[in-house]
Amino acid sequence: MKQRYVFVLAALLAVIGLSVFLYKWQVLGFPLSEDQETPVWTIESAVNFDSGPGSIKVQLHVPTLTPGFRMLNENSVSRGYGFNLNYGSGGREAQWAIRRADGEQTIYYRISVYEDDSVDQSDTTPPFPPLPVINEPLKTAVDVLVSDVRDQSADTASFTAELLRRVNDPTPDPNIELLLAGAGSSAEFVGVITTILAAARIPARMVHGFPLSGRQRSASLVTWLEVHDGDQWLYFNPMTGEERLPERFFVWWRGNEPIVTVEGGSNVEVGFAIQQNHLDAVAIAETQAAKRGTIAVDFSLYSLPIQTQAVYGVLLMIPIGALIMVIMRNLVGIDAFGTFMPVLIALAFRETKLLWGLVLFTTLVALGLSIRFLLDRLRLLLVPRLSAVLIVVVLLMLFISLTSHRLGMETGLSVALFPMVIIAMTIERMSVVWEERGAADAMRAGIGSLVVAIAAYIFMGLAWLEHLIFTFPELLLLILALVVLAGRYTGYRLSELRRFKALSLE
Amino acid sequence: MFAIAKKLREKGVLGLNERNSDYIMRLNPRRLYPLVDDKVLTKELALKAGMAVPDLYGIIAHQGEVREFADIVRDRNSFVIKPARGSGGDGIFVVVGRGKRKRDNYRLSSGLFVSEGEILHHISNTVGGQYSLSGNPDKALIEYCVHFDPTFSEVSYQGVPDIRVIVYRGYPAMAMVRLPTRASDGKANLHQGAVGAGVDLRTGETLNGVLENDVVDEHPDTGALIAGLKIPMWNFILESSARGYDVTGLGYLGVDMVIDRDRGPLILEMNARPGLNIQIANRTGLAHRIARIEAIYDASASPEERAAVARREFPAHELSPGARTET
Repeated sequence: MKQRYVFVLAALLAVIGLSVFLYKWQVLGFPLSEDQETPVWTIESAVNFDSGPGSIKVQLHVPTLTPGFRMLNENSVSRGYGFNLNYGSGGREAQWAIRRADGEQTIYYRISVYEDDSVDQSDTTPPFPPLPVINEPLKTAVDVLVSDVRDQSADTASFTAELLRRVNDPTPDPNIELLLAGAGSSAEFVGVITTILAAARIPARMVHGFPLSGRQRSASLVTWLEVHDGDQWLYFNPMTGEERLPERFFVWWRGNEPIVTVEGGSNVEVGFAIQQNHLDAVAIAETQAAKRGTIAVDFSLYSLPIQTQAVYGVLLMIPIGALIMVIMRNLVGIDAFGTFMPVLIALAFRETKLLWGLVLFTTLVALGLSIRFLLDRLRLLLVPRLSAVLIVVVLLMLFISLTSHRLGMETGLSVALFPMVIIAMTIERMSVVWEERGAADAMRAGIGSLVVAIAAYIFMGLAWLEHLIFTFPELLLLILALVVLAGRYTGYRLSELRRFKALSLE
Repeated sequence: MFAIAKKLREKGVLGLNERNSDYIMRLNPRRLYPLVDDKVLTKELALKAGMAVPDLYGIIAHQGEVREFADIVRDRNSFVIKPARGSGGDGIFVVVGRGKRKRDNYRLSSGLFVSEGEILHHISNTVGGQYSLSGNPDKALIEYCVHFDPTFSEVSYQGVPDIRVIVYRGYPAMAMVRLPTRASDGKANLHQGAVGAGVDLRTGETLNGVLENDVVDEHPDTGALIAGLKIPMWNFILESSARGYDVTGLGYLGVDMVIDRDRGPLILEMNARPGLNIQIANRTGLAHRIARIEAIYDASASPEERAAVARREFPAHELSPGARTET
């Protein structure tokens, strides 16, 4: 009966721990390992213009829907301008306004994004475009072209591909030559294509952006063609007809409108600079979680002051040590002094490093023991004797520190990190066991303690584990579940197999 | 490894984890522990139930009373000093005589002489809690020193051999004799090197001994054969141990008894966490016997009836659960 409650409780703890963990990992994107860094691109657009005499209004298209990328943050730098963000037909528009300005003006808009495959085009399905009003003789050219291409294609995608093949033909037919006569820039070229597609009742629009790669002082916008096939948006390279976006193509804005309009200014120029840096994946996840308003971030350890974080980095490993302790005691069956003494020793080993820790600990206990035996002759009462041992331990620590400092071995200084009360108790316990059960038993338990401490040290020192527990403290619930389960383990301990071996032979 | 575990499981060998979680935690409520952890209380309870215990000469409960020791033992030549809350036989001084000229020189069972000062130091350590289970202040008991029955004199090296009976829900389940050796320093503690010998519950005869984890035929110090010794008043011992359950209420209990030359079996102490070495000494596991007791458990049975059931059900040499046939 009780057994079942234990399993239910353990399962409950494990499920809670694991689901919070999975949510934070999969949904919020907290990284599993420490050095996981995500490349972050910061794109800065600078709008330059000469101010006119009157009030100035600047309107800049800024990224709205960016398939493949997620926005980390954005900001604008402008001196004295009022700023607000609006939604226009082409997406978001940043608007700056000022009553008066003198001389050359520069307005910066900066956005930081990182790659995230889960971000998709979540645009709504557009309506069929109205038939464009085209004047003769262009109208006939468009009609002929559309019907020709329609004959040689099956669906929206193949229609677009065929159209693009024709318009990019080095020796185009006269209709196309006529249509493209006025298209000088690539934007105008794509503009003509969208018109032709509209005549075929295919929703199409221009996409402007750039492929992100490393650091670019001045990136130039590339125009791509976006076509809706009724289910989703398809991207076409207007120059080749290839149906896919370039690697890491960052969409800045869509539509036919120019990127920037400045009222009351002249000589407008827009430049883009791209910078790539790496940001701790944790920071990105935090920002994301904060945006979503999940409580996960409010209760994240990363929100604590750095110093407290360092303390918790160590504290959170203690449950791991406790788990090791449980395994060593109840599953393996190793004798050790004190319930958690080995875990505390392991904590000290973290600072001293294993080899030195072992040397220092053994020295300390050995010296303490011999002095404890001397004290025994004085026949002191229990509590005064324990206090005397404690004082001796402190003095020994001081002595070891000073000696090693004189010898130039700075590692010896870390002896001060050993939990002295615990060591004093260990010395006392060990001496009592020594006296009553003999040196062999005392040594066995002493070595047992060290073995458990070393095991705990190894597991508590795993950097990835430390990061995992620190980022996902809910995993401690899983450890709690394991400990609870171990608490109902009624099988043999490993050491008992040896102890009762004689019984198994008969 | 798993093969050994499987084999042990078949043999019904009880492990520490199982003992702790399935028996001690289930059958021994914490509130009853003081009854057996404090030997003064145990003694009172046993006396009240009409069981025989070694006479209590005096109790030293505070450091200030330590000097009363001399008065307590003024007329005694032999006595035992033990911590009220000790465990595993630690901290027990057995004084078997005094110096002929210097009365304040005491001869221990090991043959060593110690001064009164040393004894006082030991008592004050005991009172300070050095031997108590949790290190809390304790009391020192000074009581009658058992003159043990000659039955085991051939197979004991100094010290007092005792009889441990495991009582499961009032039914004696298994028993062994613990024989002190030179290695165990006269203590009847298997952990410290005493020899354990299983006992046939039906006849009260000893089986082969076990030293550490190995089977031995002879006592390592005296060379005498261990098996085949008939324990006197065996039925009385079984009944007394069975009564230990009625006195303490502990469902998984170890009762330790000694046989005094003059006074017969005396209850020394009872234990709420009896060890598992008794299985090695009897070369059989406890689990099957416990299962059998569960099957025939009768809440209304008297201690005498339960002892009789144990004699009937648990003869020695049960080879395997399959081979055990009820007679």
